[in-house]
Amino acid sequence: MNETRSAWPLWEVFVRGKRGLNHVHVGSLHAPDAEMAVRNARDLYTRRNEGVSIWVVPAAEITASSPDEKDPFFAPSGDKVYRHPTFYAIPDDVPHL
Amino acid sequence: MTERAELAASPGRETPEREIEELERRFQRTVDAEQRIEPRDWMPEAYRRTLVRQIAQHAHSEIIGMQPEGNWITRAPSLRRKAILLAKVQDEAGHGLYLYAATETLGADREDLTRRLVDGRQKYSSIFNYPTPTFADVGVIGWLVDGAAICNQVPLCRTSYGPYARAMIRICKEESFHQRQGYELLMTMMRGSAEQRAMVQDAVDRWWWPSLMMFGPPDDASTNTEQSMRWRIKRHTNDELRQKFVDMTVPQAEKLGVTLPDPQLRWNAERGHHDFGQPDWDEFWRVVKGDGPCNAQRVAHRRRAHEDGAWVREAAAAYARKRAGDAGGTGRAARTEGAA
Amino acid sequence: MSWDNAYESLTEEHDVSGHWAFGTGFADALAGVGHDVPADVDRAELAAYCVMLGDDALVFAQRLSEWCSNAPELEEDVALANIALDLLGQARMLLTRAGEVDPTVRPAAAPEHVPDEDALAYFRDERAFRNVRMVEQEPGDFAETVARLLVFGCWRLALFERLAGSRDPVLSAIAAKGVKELAYHRDHAAQWALRLGDGTEFSRERMRAGLDRVWPFVAELFTPHPVETRLAEAGVAVDPAELRSTVDDVLDRVLVAAGLPRPETPALPAAAGLAGRHGVHTEPMGYLLAEMQHIARSHPAAVW
Repeated sequence: MNETRSAWPLWEVFVRGKRGLNHVHVGSLHAPDAEMAVRNARDLYTRRNEGVSIWVVPAAEITASSPDEKDPFFAPSGDKVYRHPTFYAIPDDVPHL
Repeated sequence: MTERAELAASPGRETPEREIEELERRFQRTVDAEQRIEPRDWMPEAYRRTLVRQIAQHAHSEIIGMQPEGNWITRAPSLRRKAILLAKVQDEAGHGLYLYAATETLGADREDLTRRLVDGRQKYSSIFNYPTPTFADVGVIGWLVDGAAICNQVPLCRTSYGPYARAMIRICKEESFHQRQGYELLMTMMRGSAEQRAMVQDAVDRWWWPSLMMFGPPDDASTNTEQSMRWRIKRHTNDELRQKFVDMTVPQAEKLGVTLPDPQLRWNAERGHHDFGQPDWDEFWRVVKGDGPCNAQRVAHRRRAHEDGAWVREAAAAYARKRAGDAGGTGRAARTEGAA
Repeated sequence: MSWDNAYESLTEEHDVSGHWAFGTGFADALAGVGHDVPADVDRAELAAYCVMLGDDALVFAQRLSEWCSNAPELEEDVALANIALDLLGQARMLLTRAGEVDPTVRPAAAPEHVPDEDALAYFRDERAFRNVRMVEQEPGDFAETVARLLVFGCWRLALFERLAGSRDPVLSAIAAKGVKELAYHRDHAAQWALRLGDGTEFSRERMRAGLDRVWPFVAELFTPHPVETRLAEAGVAVDPAELRSTVDDVLDRVLVAAGLPRPETPALPAAAGLAGRHGVHTEPMGYLLAEMQHIARSHPAAVW
């Protein structure tokens, strides 16, 4: 079987910990499509009841800001955007993440 | 190869050497200041490569680690233990997924890493190459193996690479429950029949030395430690961690009423630590090189599951392509309210 | 988390209640629920009914847990384990309820210190198990498991939606909790049926074959046992015959969407008129129980 054809794309997962909070990036996962990504995210990132709502976004669809002077250092080829910015910082007030 | 990996793989392509040196200095200053390196930051290629290897091995260990305990899910002797064990093995799959995701922020690809695992080109923790012949093994794995893993992993919650550190925080929280369920199972068994107490002692006898081996070879035989410490992707030496584990475990063993199978084990008041004997390092290297009781079985199991599943992954991918074609677009986001 | 107190730090900041081992506890679902059996209800029959529904969940959870570390992708390992944990939770509550309303349901072979749920799960012989025969079948390939999960999920969801109105307060509470779980199981299976049915030629063939193997066990789901009929009349149970059109309707919609034909394999006959609800099972059941029960039975004096 052709492994490249069967490999599932990467999705970024955002969870709302409880009502009143923003969705926060919690990680990523692989899934064949958006519906399965939501299902997998529910099982993987909220199996201890950590959230009330989930968003998933194809990792390839995320556009990141260009590194600027606020970064401690940056790639010389600053116009290139890296495709997999997962595991962003999670605020302390989001429980159980 | 992703764009990120191409970039990182040839940082000197358009960059003068002087500029690289400056970037390296700034990188090290950031690390020294206990700041985290994030995916879009510049990083030395060797740092990236070392991290991918280290995190992938850790991820593989979680996935292979599902097998020795998974061996007992269908035979767990109470429904409560069955549920706990199933949830625990499920957590291990989750931990593997968090870690594979961390490698992907470095430009690695999970499919490629899985291929390396099932082809035997990438290692996982040798502890999982030992068999689990009795149900007491489930408890002892929780207590000693998860306990040793926690010793190794808690310092990594402060490791220099942000995505790795954050994955480790989540994993350590879940692992602490794993360890406690193991210890609780052993306490329950030690209060049970004489037969059960013997079962626990037998399992401790078999797992004690392999648990000590989980910290890796003695410092004088360990390579790369110095560079990894400088990069803060390793924060304590193997021997420091091993000592810490022994010091923490001895009182737990006493409370449990089991004997740790090391005649040299005794408190050294002068050092403020326990003295203990050395594991059989020849055995360690044999198992690392593939000659342990379960190496072939564990890898074959993973390979079979992966290859048996290929047609399912292919079908789902084909379905998604058809749908994307129907909708006239590629990926799209999805959300669910109140689904969790 | 500081290095100096690695173990201590692990116990900090944890809200232990409810967040460890999702699905392992079941006290919460029944918190505040009355345990009195309605006066006109036959306790032995209520216990027998709880055992039927409990065994369906227990035996299917046992089969689904065989997938753990064998699924087509790691994400699916996690999903199938979740489903198995939900069903195991339902089984534990139902078997506990059975022992509570009629202590004589406990098998004589069970040691006194073993809780009711384990006495029933581990110390009954095959003929005393009351699950439908569908759930005891070997898992087969992923498509066959999806087919079984789809049919079973549709059926049990329809059953639990009605059972939530039971006059037995515990059955009603168990069903109300189970409805959310089962809706997820059914949808998970339906999503996979669509993908396998409309994925590749190969997957379509596997899905079709999986449905063919599951179909002979469908008729039994809608065949009431006399206990079910009597308790349904008393407003305690659900008459499974009433579920047929609902379940058919959902299955037809999934099959049409997936482009799959409705299977035509004939129903598996009962043995001398007796099937799962009477404790007459197919041959895989004995092996399933041998595996599930042997440690518990080998050490009857043990505590786990």
